[in-house]
Amino acid sequence: MGVAVGVLALQGDFHAHLTVLQHLGAEARAVRLPAQLAGLAGLVIPGGESTTIGKLAEAYGLMQPMRNLAAQGAAIWGTCAGAILLSRDAHRAQPLLNLMDITVQRNAFGRQVDSFEAQLHVPALAAGKDGSSRTFHAIFIRAPMIESVGPEVEVLATLPAGEIVAARQGRLLATAFHPELTTDARFHELFLQLAGK
Amino acid sequence: MEPQTGTVTLKRGLAEMLKGGVIMDVVNADEAKIAEEAGACAVMALERVPADIRADGGVARMSDPAMIEKIMETVSIPVMAKCRIGHFVEAQVLESLGVDYIDESEVLTPADEEHHVNKHDFKVPFVCGCRNLGEALRRIGEGAAMMRTKGEAGTGDVVEAVRHARSVLGAIRRLQSLQEEELMAFAKEMGAPYELVKETRERGRLPVVNFAAGGIATPADAALMMQLGVDGVFVGSGIFKSGDPLKRAKAIVMATTHFQDAAIIADVSKNIGAAMVGIHVHDIPSTELLASRGW
Repeated sequence: MGVAVGVLALQGDFHAHLTVLQHLGAEARAVRLPAQLAGLAGLVIPGGESTTIGKLAEAYGLMQPMRNLAAQGAAIWGTCAGAILLSRDAHRAQPLLNLMDITVQRNAFGRQVDSFEAQLHVPALAAGKDGSSRTFHAIFIRAPMIESVGPEVEVLATLPAGEIVAARQGRLLATAFHPELTTDARFHELFLQLAGK
Repeated sequence: MEPQTGTVTLKRGLAEMLKGGVIMDVVNADEAKIAEEAGACAVMALERVPADIRADGGVARMSDPAMIEKIMETVSIPVMAKCRIGHFVEAQVLESLGVDYIDESEVLTPADEEHHVNKHDFKVPFVCGCRNLGEALRRIGEGAAMMRTKGEAGTGDVVEAVRHARSVLGAIRRLQSLQEEELMAFAKEMGAPYELVKETRERGRLPVVNFAAGGIATPADAALMMQLGVDGVFVGSGIFKSGDPLKRAKAIVMATTHFQDAAIIADVSKNIGAAMVGIHVHDIPSTELLASRGW
């Protein structure tokens, strides 16, 4: 039996995360209501619209239970919109979990026509099967950037111009891009490692 | 390697982020704010909702760029806008404005009665309407990165959206039961590109995200379409032609997320004011049906 993890399934590309996590052997399930958080060692907050996901999470009383889950030591990973929800400030009035000591800038790279794919150097990720270190193919869709990080936060990846796009704080993980849309499962493996500890 | 923009992955990827959500028609910045407040995952900026286009008659065209820009400045969620079928210059204009998605829409009066826009030419992604699998795969072949059922826009009558969703999803189920050598005849019969027929069979779903649209007016309508198997819903006239748009919009968002939970759908459907009056689709002369536009 794999580690029990959830994917917040209020809105966004939660199916893509569930598919990768199940493929890696995790017992992954969709979470729409607070009771479904019980017993989880990890939770993914997927890409989608952060305002939509935040409002739906508030409406069904998920915000505090998600904070409690983190306090109990579960791993929580936010991709794109999920990273915004993990932050303490997104410069806009919207529901945030305020779990990671990061501030984010929404749509930091522009609108959809400015969305881009790029290769990232991510030293924290496992090397390739042949032992070589590989770059990570990152998909940025109307992506945020992590604008500032607190002293407890480790920066995992930056773009050539210095924008922070992946960070970790203990068992909390934030990526501005979408590993779930690629066939490279190394970020999902990292998340499951954090959840399994 | 230099960063790449405008790729198929990025175009289809934005639609992935809209899944499980509600895209709402809005005609001004105030409505756009209400839609965002209600939890819409995107808005469709247009001058007149389909119910008014239907009532007004005449030629319906792309909206005023100033109005679209105002909505783009107002909300942080993605903004879509409509161009006429085949009107690639309207599409160029919308791309230059920086809209996040273009709907090449049968709701506007077609500019070309044989050809659609070659959507591969654009960096901005396109969503198109379909009534059946062949039409969906022709549009994807032209570069559409997202599909929606046509339904019958501006009626508040969900029957056509149900018909089109069942047609597309039923054809995919039939396709999966076929043998390899039967695929070419299937592609010929559907008028669909062979490679996309094969890809659809392998995936067991359309190669792109597929929403429902056209006639959705209540939370239960939205959940019905989700249970039939679509990835999300567009609501056009159904929200701002109703008695209490904010309440109804919120309720439709909730019902789309919790589409399998009848108790929640019941709860959100309470006291949300009058639905749009609507027109029964069989009372519309066949020459005035919008869904028949598109080739």
